[in-house]
Amino acid sequence: MALPTYASPLEKTWHYTYLVICGLIFLFLISPILIVIPLSFNAEPYFTFTSKMLALDPEGYSLRWYDKLVTFGMQAPEGERGAAFWSDFWQNAQWMQVTKNSIIIGFFSTILATALGTIAALGLTRPEMPYRKQIMAVLISPMIVPIIISATGMFFFYSWMKFPIPSFEGGFHFEWVRLAGSYFGIILAHAALGIPFVIITVTATLFGFDQSLVRASASLGANPRTTFFKVQMPLIMPGVISGGLFAFVTSFDEVVAVLFIADHDQQTIPRQMWNGIREQISPAILAVATILVVISIALLTTVELLRRRSERLRGMSPQ
Amino acid sequence: MTDATAQLTTADGRPLKAALAASMAVRRRRAFLLVAPLFLFILISFIIPIGQMLLQSVHNDTFSSAVPALSAWFDENPQGSEIDEAAYAALAADLKLMKAEKTAGSAGTRINYDVAGTRSLFTSTARKADKLEAPFKEAILAAEPKWDDPNLWRAMRSASNPYTIDFYLAALDMTRDETGAIVAVEEGQAIYKKLFWRTLSLSLEITALCLLLGFPIAHLLATLPMRKAMLLMILVLLPFWTSLLVRTTSWMVLLQSQGVLNDLLVGIGLIDDEGRIQMMYNQTGTIIAMTHILLPFTILPLYSVMKTIPPSYVRAARSLGATSWTAFRRVYLPQTLPGIGAGGLLVFILAMGYYITPALVGGADGQMISNMIAFHMQKSLNWSLAAALAAMLLAIVLIFFWIYDRLVGIDKMKLG
Repeated sequence: MALPTYASPLEKTWHYTYLVICGLIFLFLISPILIVIPLSFNAEPYFTFTSKMLALDPEGYSLRWYDKLVTFGMQAPEGERGAAFWSDFWQNAQWMQVTKNSIIIGFFSTILATALGTIAALGLTRPEMPYRKQIMAVLISPMIVPIIISATGMFFFYSWMKFPIPSFEGGFHFEWVRLAGSYFGIILAHAALGIPFVIITVTATLFGFDQSLVRASASLGANPRTTFFKVQMPLIMPGVISGGLFAFVTSFDEVVAVLFIADHDQQTIPRQMWNGIREQISPAILAVATILVVISIALLTTVELLRRRSERLRGMSPQ
Repeated sequence: MTDATAQLTTADGRPLKAALAASMAVRRRRAFLLVAPLFLFILISFIIPIGQMLLQSVHNDTFSSAVPALSAWFDENPQGSEIDEAAYAALAADLKLMKAEKTAGSAGTRINYDVAGTRSLFTSTARKADKLEAPFKEAILAAEPKWDDPNLWRAMRSASNPYTIDFYLAALDMTRDETGAIVAVEEGQAIYKKLFWRTLSLSLEITALCLLLGFPIAHLLATLPMRKAMLLMILVLLPFWTSLLVRTTSWMVLLQSQGVLNDLLVGIGLIDDEGRIQMMYNQTGTIIAMTHILLPFTILPLYSVMKTIPPSYVRAARSLGATSWTAFRRVYLPQTLPGIGAGGLLVFILAMGYYITPALVGGADGQMISNMIAFHMQKSLNWSLAAALAAMLLAIVLIFFWIYDRLVGIDKMKLG
């Protein structure tokens, strides 16, 4: 990127202008995400920097909005912070409930999407797979179709469709439950939305996979199952995990399908944020946003590390 | 070999060709069996719901199932026949049925889509249905004179058939006149076509902005040394991984009239306190926030294309006497076209279907077609119209996606 020595003064000026422009665009990209972090420690109920904050006066900062996140919806928010307080928090705090829901729904939809997606990717990357392109188009479609359309379709189907759910109350039997307004329905919807990401990442890993390793393993006497678990699986694992992470983030961040098919009991973190933003936006939302930004930094780091590991592993195998 | 025409056979004497074909068929079946569970899953959880939505857009039986007698009368008497005593008798019978089955509200709502103010007509007349006696025409008109409206009868006739394209007509700002011919609605009531155009033009503006901002960044990342580029890449990927709602919230905080950006402008004296700029709850807010959210989707494909352009080409052009501008325009830019196409199309497709950001920061004139779909799903409860609008949006998106597939290929799509 360094300028050649023969650059004219005009070119030099342009070069530095260009760097400044790039700097401004980076600022545009990153500042909205970082700005919420200091603002979430605001001592006042404002969405801007108070003069005390700008003077770095400790009085201008507080944890009151984080405190509000903890106590919001609790029965005895003023109580002493002992065991009773935290059990109240665990059971009643609004943000705790939606976090639990987000994790439950995210976890099961990720498992479902990753398991089905990985198996399918194994089939899709086989050279003898018939109608690969057409089937791929169908499997990727949840990512292409705008979410509002998917949610509309799911609303019609899921409020009509009933599924048998095993129940243990009063002897084992199946209970017919409407998909809309059930955890199962949302897990199903989120799994469908996450599957394309799993398919894309895992097939990308598999296309780079050296098939001679499988033959080598077979020639050394391993049966197909051993070959899969001992040779193929460890090599494609980084792709599977990052696909799973994508699926989890999709579910964790998804609000429209939840808006359309979830009941009051299945509200998730983004759904609660949506409420907060639409009704009365308070800096408590910024506290949630800050926590989510920290989570996304952690996720990004994980995915980057996985990608590098995958590249290293593939670099090791003879091409 | 004694016979040159003898077929090659396997060890157990089968023809080699057949044996190979059989083993190939087995392998194909195995590959398909691996994909089958997922295919079935997507079919049930996604494709069938979309199909049901499409059905909903042409099929609405909330009215027709509530009025068996009236439907029969409409079948016997063609369009334009006089609304006689028999018709009112059928109506009275159906109103009694509606009262018994409590369907007057939903049936009335269906007619209300076409003729405003008729929902209450159905519910109030159904309440009195048991007292209606022959001659029904007089009795019903005495109870509610509004039943005389020919528009109402025309709407009931068209709704008595559960299959209809009327919702698509409504989605295209069209309706039927007294004779049943298709005409455009009055100027003041036409909203959907305008909304489709606005969605298209907003998406185009956002795409253009994304390309304009994404191009220099992608170029910088592609030409910097690997280590520095990887560090700067984090600034692109972090927004990509951050929750959509968080990013939208941040923009609301920044753009508010009492927000950080306005404070900053007042602080440095560019505007005074009364002159705070309204940057949110209008198109500006939608465009800024969506450009920010979709920018990584242009940078990443542009970057991967620019990475493959050898820097020696531009150098060669310079050594042959081209100015840096000419070298850029005639040598570098044409080579980035695949990236521009891929990134631009992707952003355009994504922008067309955006819902959350316009809903939160868009205000009245920053709304897109998705917001109208959500409105009809959740507020007006005209589900068939929502389905028709969704089907039309889906068709547009699929057309552009088909182009994307032709130009780029869906299997080339990369993440992160």
